[in-house]
Amino acid sequence: MSQVKIQSERSASNDRIRQIFSAAPLRITIIVIALLWTIPSIGLLITSFRHPDAIQTSGWWTVFQHPFELSQYTIRNYQQVILADGMGEAFLNSLLVTIPAVVIPITIAAFAAYAFAWLEFPGRSFFFVVVVGLMVVPLQMALIPLLSLYVNINDLIGIKLNGEFLGVWLAHTGFGLPLAIFLLFGYMSTLPAEIMESAYVDGASPLTTFIRLVLPLSVPVIASFAIFQFLWVWNDLLVALVFLGTNPEKTVVTARLSALVGERGQDWHVLTSGAFLTMILPLIVFFALQRYFVRGLTAGSVKG
Amino acid sequence: MSQTMNKTEQSGSFMSMLASGTLRIIVSLVIPLLAFVILAWSVTYMTNADAPKALRAVIALLVGVGGIWVLYIAFDNLVSLLPVRMREGVRPFVFVGPALVIITVYLLYPAVDTFIRSFKDARSVNFIGLENYKFIFTDPNMLIVLRNNLLWLVFVTSFVVGLGLVIAVMVDRVRWESAAKSIIFLPMAISAVGASVIWKFIYTFRPAGRPQIGLLNAIWVALGGDPQGWLLLQPWNNFFLIVIYVWILVGFAMVVISAAVKGVPNEQLEAARIDGASEIQIFFKVIIPNIRATLLTITTTILIMVLKVFDIVFVMTSGQFGTQVIANSMFNQMFTFRQFGRASALAVILLIGVIPVMIYNVRSFREARS
Repeated sequence: MSQVKIQSERSASNDRIRQIFSAAPLRITIIVIALLWTIPSIGLLITSFRHPDAIQTSGWWTVFQHPFELSQYTIRNYQQVILADGMGEAFLNSLLVTIPAVVIPITIAAFAAYAFAWLEFPGRSFFFVVVVGLMVVPLQMALIPLLSLYVNINDLIGIKLNGEFLGVWLAHTGFGLPLAIFLLFGYMSTLPAEIMESAYVDGASPLTTFIRLVLPLSVPVIASFAIFQFLWVWNDLLVALVFLGTNPEKTVVTARLSALVGERGQDWHVLTSGAFLTMILPLIVFFALQRYFVRGLTAGSVKG
Repeated sequence: MSQTMNKTEQSGSFMSMLASGTLRIIVSLVIPLLAFVILAWSVTYMTNADAPKALRAVIALLVGVGGIWVLYIAFDNLVSLLPVRMREGVRPFVFVGPALVIITVYLLYPAVDTFIRSFKDARSVNFIGLENYKFIFTDPNMLIVLRNNLLWLVFVTSFVVGLGLVIAVMVDRVRWESAAKSIIFLPMAISAVGASVIWKFIYTFRPAGRPQIGLLNAIWVALGGDPQGWLLLQPWNNFFLIVIYVWILVGFAMVVISAAVKGVPNEQLEAARIDGASEIQIFFKVIIPNIRATLLTITTTILIMVLKVFDIVFVMTSGQFGTQVIANSMFNQMFTFRQFGRASALAVILLIGVIPVMIYNVRSFREARS
């Protein structure tokens, strides 16, 4: 009886401690942190809709003096950056670079991961260890030799890869493959062996098993990797600069924006709207597919 | 008699081994080569076509990716035509060979080549021993580069993991947890280039007397300071860049750590509370020991990302004003100075930085297998 009483007293004091912690100071701290993490982006978003003169003469926070006076907002900045400053074309180029650079490595990695998980072949574990090892190799290690390889291919057989989408697709494919194989293998190897065996007993070939069974079952991990690879390629600057360059016809949003930073240093109406354009697609993915998004990002965090 | 039988059998099996070995290599090479040719053909054919760019690209993509699938299926069918004995020995290489060949061409061969080039001169012609490394470790500018990378590694990693941990534990106790987490995680979605523009605007500087449009200078002036060109203040400008990466990465660390914090067994927390432990004690004595493995993983992950930091420095300062880092310096050596030897040596230094992680990954993979 007395024991029960003591316990309830104790849990009451626990509740009090927890209350203190979930009370005002904690909440205020979290709100402050959340504000600190939002204000920079909000400043950018608001500025991108202000008139160029206003941007140069007053801080973006001054719009809050009359937040509903709509005449202080404009979409002219976006018209200019999309049409005159080449961000529209760059946006299209980014799509043209990103979609194949996601689809091609997934296709090739899926076949390979299936073989590593369910087919017997000599050197299986050796090759896989090589794949695991290469996962974190900095891609800086590959840039110079690949550039000269591309030049040689152009000289030898006349297929131009430097400054072309094809060269970037293949580069992203090569750099993304180890991680893709590793992730897909991890998932595929946990599929129940009985399914494979019964398919085999029914006379299904490895290819049929792969296409009819393994691929459909692996959709979650493929989605996670697809989101990771999409963000990686869309947000990448280094590979785009090295293999595509800044030629306006071929360049992507990140490279175009960084060129604008150099060309239009203090023209914040151009830079802020341009920056927001580079973010819009990742943000849509973020809000629409948040759970997969987190899984994709955390799964693919150790890429080279 | 039986001996000769044996011999012919042996040589027969040797022949078939040789044959299937050759076939394995052939399928591994031919699929990616043909895929490359198909992709290249469809892209160039479509580039010459007179249609909108987007449409051309879609068709090129359909032909290219469809072509890859057709190749895999076609070669799998070809393998089925082989004699039974060789068939299943060659088939796996239809699946795995193309990936291995691409990885060899795009990572393995270049890594070896870069390593060799790091001992050669600017044009990769003559061997010059350790000259490039000597330059990196003695040139005063290069020493600043190495120092800056060290600053990034120490400060970004400790702030990101520390803040991520504290926020993860705090956010666990409020009801609107997921909303707060989304907000802090959001910068992870945007590009480092975009984030750099956001912060460059915050750091903008106007001469004294004129209204400050950059948030930091506005606050600074309101507090009575003189407006500062934050990105020119050596060596503190490094920290203004470091803040950007912390802002991007904290949400990521928080999400990973938060998942681990939720995995801490409730009984342990309750037991500690019944024993009268304070929340601070619980944090250090119960939560931290339970999530040690996660903390180690996230720390190494952040270290690898920070080691190769490039975009932020490239956009913010181009490495000027004493803010240069290894990856950006390598880019300059490559494209501005055409010093392939030095650039390669810088890449090798990045590689050496990740080798411990590489070994750890391989080892833990092997342990998990056995």
